[in-house]
Amino acid sequence: MTHLDLQTSLAQQGYIASDDLAMALHLAITLGRPLLLEGAAGVGKTDIARTLAAARQTELIRLQCYEGLDASQAIYEWNYQRQLLAIRAAAEDGETGLTVEKRIFSQEYLLERPLLQAIRREVAPVLLIDEIDRADEEFEAYLLEVLSDFQITVPELGTIKAITRPIVILTANGTRDLSDALRRRCIYAHVDYPDRATELAILASRCPEIEAHLGLQIVSFVQSIRKEELEKAPGIAEMLDFAAALAGLGINDLTDDPKILHATLATLLKTQSDRAAIPIEVAARLAGKAA
Amino acid sequence: MSRVTKFAARDPGLGARVAGFMGHLRDNGFRVGVSETDTALHALAEVVSVDPDQARLALKAVCAGCAEDVAQFDALFTSYWMNEGRVRQKIVPSDRTVAPQNSASSREDENLETSGTGKAHSPEGGDGQGDSYSDGTGELIASSVHNLMKKDLRELVSPDDIRAAELIAIRLGRALRDRRSRRRKAARKGRQIDFRRTIRHSLATGGEPLRLAKRARPDRPVKIVALCDVSGSMMLYARPFLAFLAGLIRADDSSDAYLFHTRLVRITGALRDDDPLRALNRITLLADGFGGGSKIGGNLQQFARGYARKFVNGRSVVVILSDGYDSDAPEVLDAALAKLKKRGCKIIWLNPLKGWAGYEPVARGMAAALPYLDMFAAANTLGDLAALERELARL
Repeated sequence: MTHLDLQTSLAQQGYIASDDLAMALHLAITLGRPLLLEGAAGVGKTDIARTLAAARQTELIRLQCYEGLDASQAIYEWNYQRQLLAIRAAAEDGETGLTVEKRIFSQEYLLERPLLQAIRREVAPVLLIDEIDRADEEFEAYLLEVLSDFQITVPELGTIKAITRPIVILTANGTRDLSDALRRRCIYAHVDYPDRATELAILASRCPEIEAHLGLQIVSFVQSIRKEELEKAPGIAEMLDFAAALAGLGINDLTDDPKILHATLATLLKTQSDRAAIPIEVAARLAGKAA
Repeated sequence: MSRVTKFAARDPGLGARVAGFMGHLRDNGFRVGVSETDTALHALAEVVSVDPDQARLALKAVCAGCAEDVAQFDALFTSYWMNEGRVRQKIVPSDRTVAPQNSASSREDENLETSGTGKAHSPEGGDGQGDSYSDGTGELIASSVHNLMKKDLRELVSPDDIRAAELIAIRLGRALRDRRSRRRKAARKGRQIDFRRTIRHSLATGGEPLRLAKRARPDRPVKIVALCDVSGSMMLYARPFLAFLAGLIRADDSSDAYLFHTRLVRITGALRDDDPLRALNRITLLADGFGGGSKIGGNLQQFARGYARKFVNGRSVVVILSDGYDSDAPEVLDAALAKLKKRGCKIIWLNPLKGWAGYEPVARGMAAALPYLDMFAAANTLGDLAALERELARL
């Protein structure tokens, strides 16, 4: 399987990957390295994991990072309620302390969290570690260890080794700089806003009901709006929402009604200042150029 | 695209060429090492490596580590593998290597024009602190002229000052230190129950959790990184600030200090000297050009690209002591602070001029910096620094 095959199989699932991304993904899979994806919000970083899991017909395990994320939410936790109940029940049955201890600190009482789940599957899943830059540095360091050895040590149980190695995809959008150590461990790809042709292909595969003429207008319009000075440029998801909104309103041409066009901008521009930056005249001008 | 480079016949093979390519990347600012070379060879084995396009994509995925690397990569690849020869591009400015220079030599004056950034507001009624050094009147002009005259810091700062500053620095450090972690650790007292330990203990009492173990958020130390402007316009305030730097470094092992004028110098090592006066003497040697021009933007940029990568993280507080009169373009400062802020640190700017009545941060540099600051305050004496304690605790 080459990166081109991978690109095709992703395309069949409705994800149009650039050459860079397809190659990075291909290498991450064949070399067994984690893949680090960076890029602005809304360029399809999270989606690639979902699509890859679908294309390989495997499970997607997702770990959403946030500040303060710790081992009990990322790796494992003991099921305390069950443990307490088991101890009480054992006391009534007259079980000895040693056997109770052995029993309640067994796999049965372990709650698997995403990282542990990912290495315990029979079929290698896709592990998506989303927005790694939101987690704090301690977690990053711990993650490095897990990603290099693919084993997790639980003091009461011993070391749990990976049955299969998951395909690991990390995403970041630059909340903070990641450590060099993590970057070096990963295969890297920078995901950018798609070019015109790619975006057209995405629109065609996701919203096939939209006519070619309108599709072309939508993509040109969104591409030119990204060039405006905005706080948050619209991503692919926003573009698709915009297309769906236009289709829902039964619009065949962007230049038809500037008022409706301006109203549908709510799907593209998500802050007050961005709305103010594109008044109705500017929207009409951009739409005129796109036509 | 030009032809594929023909390597010499005695060339030892693919491994050596890839290693050569890695060297080429390193020369151009990539952070790649032996393990990347290894990965690259493995990666090339996985693709049709005689196809230049595939080889390029594969090597890019392996070697690039950030968006800037990706942007540069194609040109570097072409120059090495596509017969354009090995070209060293000066993409990364030479200020990467800014190890504390122990140079006593005075560099040539750079014939940069001194761009006056306007008049400073005149001190209305002085600052009332009775500091003999802050009696400045007249114009403050940012200049990039290197000062060849050496100032002896020992004339400026007395051991008593340092002792007083040390106490203040300890208090400030403590004020900043009370930053709560979001993680929880086992603790004697805490708001959350530590189930794991409670269950363990309860085994001894037949499953009755008599002793509840607790978890709390530990306080995390904050690392203070101080950058002090010692350009000509700041000479009036050098005394309290240098004493503060000296006190800070002596009070707290994890703190870090830098001086800048036309160059950036790390003085942490020198300040750790046991004898405070000898420490100042060592800095005098390091800070050659003391009292010269000010290149705030350039120096902060250099700091953000170099030292900050190693020493600044989300638990750092960067304290900049400067009047904001910069001979670099404000865009440089803007970019530098944006980069620094991305490290997740807090940035505090202490500007001695802010203490003057009616001061507005109109200096172009200062105006560019404001959006990135977590705190912008006045400080021109040790007393002022001490007064910051409560404000810092609120950060």
